[in-house]
Amino acid sequence: MSPLDVERIKADFPILNTKSRGNRLVFLDSAASSQKPLAVLDAMDHAYRHHYANVHRGVYEIAERATAEFEKARAKVAKFIGASEARELIFVRNATEAINLVAYSWARANLHAGDAVVISHMEHHANVVPWQMLAAERGIELRWIPMNADFTLDLTRLDILLDGAKLLSVTAMSNVLGTINPLAPLIAAARAHDAFVLIDACQYIPHVATNVRDWGADFVAFSAHKMCGPSGIGALWAKAEILEAMPPFLGGGEMIRDVRLEGFTTNDIPWKFEAGTPAIVEAIGFGAAVDYLDSLGMDAIRDHEMRLTRYALDALHDEFADRLTVYGPRDVSIRGGAISFLFDGIHAHDISQVLDEDGVCVRAGHHCAKPLMRQLGVPATSRASFYMYNDEIDVDCLVAALIKAEKFFAI
Amino acid sequence: MAGLEDLYREIILDHYRSPRNRGELAVPPAHKTEGFNPLCGDEVAVYLDVDSVSGLVVDIKISGQGCSISQASTSMMSDAVKGKSVEEARLLIRAFKALMSIHESKLEGESDGTDLAADLEGVRLGDLEALQGVVKFPVRIKCATLAWNTLQQGLDEIGAELPN
Ligand SMILES: Cc1ncc(COP(=O)(O)O)c(C=O)c1O
Repeated sequence: MSPLDVERIKADFPILNTKSRGNRLVFLDSAASSQKPLAVLDAMDHAYRHHYANVHRGVYEIAERATAEFEKARAKVAKFIGASEARELIFVRNATEAINLVAYSWARANLHAGDAVVISHMEHHANVVPWQMLAAERGIELRWIPMNADFTLDLTRLDILLDGAKLLSVTAMSNVLGTINPLAPLIAAARAHDAFVLIDACQYIPHVATNVRDWGADFVAFSAHKMCGPSGIGALWAKAEILEAMPPFLGGGEMIRDVRLEGFTTNDIPWKFEAGTPAIVEAIGFGAAVDYLDSLGMDAIRDHEMRLTRYALDALHDEFADRLTVYGPRDVSIRGGAISFLFDGIHAHDISQVLDEDGVCVRAGHHCAKPLMRQLGVPATSRASFYMYNDEIDVDCLVAALIKAEKFFAI
Repeated sequence: MAGLEDLYREIILDHYRSPRNRGELAVPPAHKTEGFNPLCGDEVAVYLDVDSVSGLVVDIKISGQGCSISQASTSMMSDAVKGKSVEEARLLIRAFKALMSIHESKLEGESDGTDLAADLEGVRLGDLEALQGVVKFPVRIKCATLAWNTLQQGLDEIGAELPN
């Protein structure tokens, strides 16, 4: 595995060579959404210019071509996550829709009043609210895995929490803390209690080589836009036999085999869950994105991000000591490159605003994880997050801008 | 290009560092209304003591957390409406929203039927005008208006409770 050539990688991303407020763009918000390489932009542009038509419908050449490219993209994404078959990968709008698909189709068919769903205190709202809606509608009990002071999950009472649970739904990597959760013991414990497992891999798959079969989960949700692909498309992976037994989610074209006055029959998977015209060109862009990630190598990306995260954590500590609190593990082997932090007495929003002056893009807010923010006892944090196109210079720009911001708001 | 000094005027930083009217009032007789900024997670609670006979905002207290813009706007709002009549307070709310370029009419070019400019003539915003720079930073407008929307909601709730 050779280390990443970040300078060359930066050149692959047109937006990184633009300016923001007169400064070089220092993009540190990839955990919200990543930037897109030329390979993705070109693949999508090419599709629109040369072989755009609706899929699974026309018999003419460009329609056949569009369908073939769309299905080829599915196969690429499926292979990228280690799925055994392309039909186990359902295209959806985003991870949020993937989780809702499970909540509406699988859970409403299989869960009954009194059943429990187990989630954790560090979930994104996308993996909280669908279960709260289900709980309110069906009398399902929602249970929460708590968090330790070191920002890891507290698994000491896991067996009690899983007792009588039908589903464990947890994030593989926290979008706020960066924490990578120990999926092996979590999934093994769920199995021991005959609970199904959904992994929110929205933050994990873009950064760490993933094999969903090795995980042994039942459902995996993720979004293309956080992994160099376009917005508007994501995926739900699930084992074929589970998908086949599930009732359809949305009804309409594409998802049917036959429709008569008295009813309908459903199409095969994955199309059974893809009602209506899909995000055709976005799927093609998604395929190009995983090609791009493969060309760099996921292990090289993870290695680069671990080194950069360590560099950043050290730089923040050296410069600001205890005046700045990092909310997340110190050990880069159990965390990704999302670093949430707060200055004593300065609101995250104000920090981000001053950073923006220097073209440094960080996120400020609750990061769609309000239950977690309440645990942390803060209304908001600033978050810098890295991807393969970030380097030490970006971190140095962040630190320099933070020095300015701290001065600005000094009491 | 709008710079930081447009946003963070000295008077704003002053209210941020030493916010006025912080605290809580006993409920009842005071009325408590909570406001949330879904964008950043900021929360504010506005305690209002409105005299039902005189219709005056006799006392106001604020609690909650927020960024400098929301803290300063909240602090200034509390100063501006304390001792004023409910009617005056409502006029201030409208004037402040107009300052934030938030017009009551829903669509561009559509009038809400009243002449806002004439309506607001003579309303003095004073220090509040320092917040005008916020308009150049559209995402921050919600920070500045959080307290005002919460105040408006509080006045509405009090109005609904009053025997009429
Ligand atoms: C951990 C996690 N889960 C789910 C989501 C939701 O992703 P999307 O908005 O693409 O549906 C996000 C996005 O921020 C996330 O970070």
